[in-house]
Amino acid sequence: MKALLANRMRVLFTLLGSLLILFIAWPLLRTVTASSPVVLWQTLLDEEVRGSILLTFYASLIATVLAFVCGVPLAYLLARVDFPGKWLIEGVIDVPIVVPHSAAGIALLMVFGRRTLVGQAFGLLGVKFVSAAPGIVIAMLFVSLSFLVNSAREGFEAVDPRLERVARTLGASPWRAFWRVSFPLAWRSILSGMILMWARGLSEFGAVVILAYHPMVAPVLLYERFESFGLQYARPVATLMILICLGAFVVLRMTAGRKRGGA
Amino acid sequence: MKNHVGVRGGGSVQVRDLWVDLGEFHLREIKLDIAPGEYFVVLGPTGAGKTVLLETIAGLHQSPKGRILLDGEDVTDTPPERRGVGFVYQDYVLFPHLDVAANIAFGLKLRGWQRKAIEKRVTEMGRLLGIDHLLHRRPGTLSGGEKQRAALARALVVEPRLLLLDEPLSALDPATREGLQRELARLHQELGTTTIHVTHDFEEAVALGDRIAVVHEGRVVQVGLPEEIFRKPGSEFVARFVGVRNIFRGEIRPGDDGYRVLHIDGIEIAVVTDLVGQAHGSLRPEDIVLSREPLRSSARNSFRGHIVDIADRGAIVYVTVRVPFDPSTKLRAGRAQGKPLDFTCVITKTSLEEMELREGLAIHIAFKASAVHVF
Repeated sequence: MKALLANRMRVLFTLLGSLLILFIAWPLLRTVTASSPVVLWQTLLDEEVRGSILLTFYASLIATVLAFVCGVPLAYLLARVDFPGKWLIEGVIDVPIVVPHSAAGIALLMVFGRRTLVGQAFGLLGVKFVSAAPGIVIAMLFVSLSFLVNSAREGFEAVDPRLERVARTLGASPWRAFWRVSFPLAWRSILSGMILMWARGLSEFGAVVILAYHPMVAPVLLYERFESFGLQYARPVATLMILICLGAFVVLRMTAGRKRGGA
Repeated sequence: MKNHVGVRGGGSVQVRDLWVDLGEFHLREIKLDIAPGEYFVVLGPTGAGKTVLLETIAGLHQSPKGRILLDGEDVTDTPPERRGVGFVYQDYVLFPHLDVAANIAFGLKLRGWQRKAIEKRVTEMGRLLGIDHLLHRRPGTLSGGEKQRAALARALVVEPRLLLLDEPLSALDPATREGLQRELARLHQELGTTTIHVTHDFEEAVALGDRIAVVHEGRVVQVGLPEEIFRKPGSEFVARFVGVRNIFRGEIRPGDDGYRVLHIDGIEIAVVTDLVGQAHGSLRPEDIVLSREPLRSSARNSFRGHIVDIADRGAIVYVTVRVPFDPSTKLRAGRAQGKPLDFTCVITKTSLEEMELREGLAIHIAFKASAVHVF
């Protein structure tokens, strides 16, 4: 603590940094403390609110599972193999972070919309994306998969490839070497990527609102209440969402922050 | 010899015209013939492609050209898990998420062994390597020597046909290294596993190797018995890399007044060491003093011989002095007769001229007991 104020420069830097922290913490705290527990409880009892929060959780979870199934293998390849055009693939993974999310929604609509080839093909299977839960899932998937892939790749990069080689000489096939050595060792990073992705999916508004205004996920419900009824009615929903996401984030930091087992 | 752990000897290895390109490492026309049970050392400077060679023999890199045969069976296209080759890296590479017992058990589990059998075998292996008290520790809590023993146990427990050791002693401090070097020799004697040991350390190579292959820039430049390598270096590179030196093999016994004596067939050399039994001694040419008269000095070792070779290297000259064997010394078991011993000494050209040295001349040599490095 003393080291933060050791000289004038540090004092100034501490002051400037504190402003930013305050800028994040104050509005959040203000929102959370503004609603009384009674109002929060009543909001939670509201069928529509509960339904949309559950839908949000559920859709983001499915998006995370989908990203896990395809993203962990991709992350492994990116960590282990050098191939021509790898930089391009790495760039593509990061694109969802930089494009406006409403634009991402439009782009998804161009491929998964009702009249598109993909939309019609899925339509035959009884799956539709526009104004339906699957649309929410792909919107969340699109905007948040980078978090999982990047975190998993860092996890695999931290695993000495020679550990797998030793496993191979001991009789492990490439599959077994992956499941018994690389995956368990990268698991913490993969898990924290999953939690981060899930939390990011929960909070997605822009892409979701373009593909599926209804059924309403929590951020959309919040927006609608604000537009239709004003701040008073939107605030308890906002408070609930903030508390839930903070909870998820705390779990994340605890998971990722736990000391890794030796050497 | 069958021992209590039940690991049997190893297979033969043949490498035929092997080529590998891997990043900046290249192997060219590698040809090796290793006999069953042989301890074969690959010696070369850092960056010579030694690790790549081992990894290729283990099947971890594909070779565009050449064949690898284990026990006469062509394994060039066999994946590593089916080659039956154990691998130990310089920095151990233990599985950090498993304790020592689970590290050793790794290969047995993959082979579908029952839990009870695995437990029994892991304990035996732990005892063989002297780490049975560490079985429930995580690798992160072990010392370097303990880690390397665990890595050896993990590789040996599955009874590999061939054991590959990649600079297994280089990451250890000198005291631990010496202990583990003896351990490697003992294990090899007990288990008889064919072993390829890669190192850049010449003394390590001489102490352990039945034969040595010297590699340079991805090629095998000389293969031979340790003595051949340093007595008759096949190229300028080998000569420079191993250096000109005197290396003797013999038996160390306690001598008079606190010294130990290295008994070579026919000659006894006073040395300073804690070791006993079979060992090597190495002596640098510049530590030997040449004299035409018998020397009275503090040097414990002095011998009379005659010059058999004078090699002119510009400003310095290498003089080889042959010391006849002394009939009064004890011989090693099975030796009917002692052998004369050659010492290579280095002097300046000026000394050569002043002393008027020439081949055939009788000469005295002397060196201190502490100048002999025993290993």
